[in-house]
Amino acid sequence: MDFDLTEEQRLLKDSIDGLLTDSYDFESRKKYMKEKGGWSKAVWLKLAEQGLLGLPFSEADGGFGGGGVETMIVMEALGKALVLEPYLATVVIGGGFLRHAGTEAQKAAHVPGIVDGSKTLAFAQLEKNSRYDLFDVATSAKKKGDGWVIDGEKFVVLNGENADTLVVTARTRGDRRDTTGIGVFLVPASARGITKKSYPTQDGLHAADITFTGVEVGADAAIGNPDDSLALIERVVDEARVALCAEAVGLMDESLKTTVEYIKTRKQFGVAIGSFQSLQHRASDMFVATEQARSMSMFATMANDFENARERSNAIAAAKAQIGKSLKFVGQQSIQLHGGIGMTMEARIGHYFKRLTMIENTFGDTDYHQRRVADAGGLI
Amino acid sequence: MDLAFTKEEQAFREEVRAFFRDNVPPDTRRKLVEGRHLTKDEMVTWWRILNKKGWGVSHWPKQYGGTGWTSVQHYIFNEELQSYPAPQPLAFGVSMVGPVIYTFGNEEQKKKYLPRIANVDDWWCQGFSEPGSGSDLASLKTKAERRGDKWIINGQKTWTTLAQHADMIFCLCRTDASAKKQMGISFIVFSMKSKGVTVRPIQTIDGGHEVNEVFFDDVEVPYENLIGEENKGWDYAKFLLGNERTGIARVGVSKERLRRIRDLAGKVESGGKPIIQDSAFREKLAACEIELKALELTQLRVVADEGKHGKGKPNPASSVLKIKGSEIQQTTTELLMEVIGPFAAPYDVHGDDGSNEAMDWTAQIAPSYFNNRKVSIYGGSNEIQRNIIAKAVLGL
Repeated sequence: MDFDLTEEQRLLKDSIDGLLTDSYDFESRKKYMKEKGGWSKAVWLKLAEQGLLGLPFSEADGGFGGGGVETMIVMEALGKALVLEPYLATVVIGGGFLRHAGTEAQKAAHVPGIVDGSKTLAFAQLEKNSRYDLFDVATSAKKKGDGWVIDGEKFVVLNGENADTLVVTARTRGDRRDTTGIGVFLVPASARGITKKSYPTQDGLHAADITFTGVEVGADAAIGNPDDSLALIERVVDEARVALCAEAVGLMDESLKTTVEYIKTRKQFGVAIGSFQSLQHRASDMFVATEQARSMSMFATMANDFENARERSNAIAAAKAQIGKSLKFVGQQSIQLHGGIGMTMEARIGHYFKRLTMIENTFGDTDYHQRRVADAGGLI
Repeated sequence: MDLAFTKEEQAFREEVRAFFRDNVPPDTRRKLVEGRHLTKDEMVTWWRILNKKGWGVSHWPKQYGGTGWTSVQHYIFNEELQSYPAPQPLAFGVSMVGPVIYTFGNEEQKKKYLPRIANVDDWWCQGFSEPGSGSDLASLKTKAERRGDKWIINGQKTWTTLAQHADMIFCLCRTDASAKKQMGISFIVFSMKSKGVTVRPIQTIDGGHEVNEVFFDDVEVPYENLIGEENKGWDYAKFLLGNERTGIARVGVSKERLRRIRDLAGKVESGGKPIIQDSAFREKLAACEIELKALELTQLRVVADEGKHGKGKPNPASSVLKIKGSEIQQTTTELLMEVIGPFAAPYDVHGDDGSNEAMDWTAQIAPSYFNNRKVSIYGGSNEIQRNIIAKAVLGL
């Protein structure tokens, strides 16, 4: 049992923290947000230069062979700096499908572009009525010759505007809520029949609603078994949840730090408001919530390697539920302790709160995951 | 980073588990499961079994009878002990006064007291809190005056746990009234059988008798019963309170109780089916289990940190363990109340004499719920723990 980072992992943490300290202050972030698709290509290339975009890929595929802990380190750092670039969509999710189920040809076609920063991906999964159920897929993929024709609508696709390739879940057979008959397809964003409506999200990222009308893809588009890929989707989305947990811990760390600094300096009644016990106790509770979240983020990171899929999912669901509870408390109380200034767009803290809030509503909220744990028979 | 226990650690867990299975008297275990109070004999019998095995004072240095286990082994031992469940060693002797004596006491005191603590030949109790000194412990007034080769002790202590069984007390006494409040306190030990010591029971809201008031009326104590230096008692008290870091979360206790809740919830009906099938109840239970898992991991982080960097000074992380650990213990007793519903009501004054054996098991659930309100109050209330975090961690 060991919670320490290895020497290499510490170096990784230092290098990404250093990079983001240099290039990701709050003012720069506002500028990046205005670039096409809502993030900075220059920053993305810097991440590539440091090897961060190739981190989880095996060396044979042109990556650096990093594991879950390395992803956790990166996601925490990205959270801390409130980074807009599409690491989750491209490296964790898009890359996840390629790593777990990509053929050699698919990996050769996509991984080098991810690693060198020239290509990004987006995960087109959410549908109008699917909410958090990954098996709820109405979008269809009908066989045509060797390939497929995709029809349907996907919503809130993060990085949907800039992505070069869309990773699309679509049903090859069965009814909307059947757990079999679901496939995953790599679709060029430029394919005919794709229309996009792009918009900024509440937390400053960018997303798109995407309509697929008779989009034709070839035989090589399917990742994994086109008729039975729910387990694959669950596996990759579990990894995305783990990554979001780590990002949330970074966000909570920074929220707590910012809030504590603020109440140490803000004066009322002639004294720093941090000298008042009611505020001290609130800040202490924020610390407790953050530490509980950190513990579960570590647990989820380790659980990601569990052999047993049921145990893995249950542990990650527990982590996402705990983190949801913690982030709501830390986020809300950060605003409360900042008072009026916390309500303004100019203050950093509100942006942390908004990103935390959106994490809660991504890939299952606290209630959803708590129910999953309950239905699986608990954790004891 | 690796959460797995080593093969050796897993083997150790098996060894500990097997020992409990073969050696904890079945009645003792059953009473703990049902939330009943144990008699003095039942507790002492078990502690001597543990001591004979060499595990009575497991975390003490080897030369005083400790085991030399790693932090992880201690963690495993405690978890297994709490979740079997078996009675935990008497904290007042083993975790509190023992370490103070082997750290600050002289050779004679070590020889005299330590083996008797280990074998519970002396039952120790703690003389810290006073009626006017709860969270503000340093304001204590009990006075020890030097007279020749004796101390003359006058004053009152309260919340003295199981003083009715005690042979010895370790006591914080004011020895210099003119000094700043923390500076004039000494750490003195003496026999509860001394003339002038009176113990009066306090009945708590669960109907039980765990705590007492203890009065000192011109109690004569040999001067040599002073531990360490005169007027340094506050330092020893802080050492004592910061010494026990990770057991405080009582993760094993909560785990055992959650297993019991699952078991009962599979039997007790609500709406014509077992209450475990009620999704609202099940989700509440899951929420508690998730919090507990997070706490367990937090505790393991502290344990791993101790193993790596030594025990050193008190770790403010123990305040997190105290706050969350007590909240979860209280939640588990609430869940038990919810499971038994209207059968929480029948009242049964439980004593320590085992006279209520025939009473239905449900009778202990409400008392246990009432009794567990104490866990967020004792050992430094949760509000004091928040003060500690604010000051020591957040720098407020």
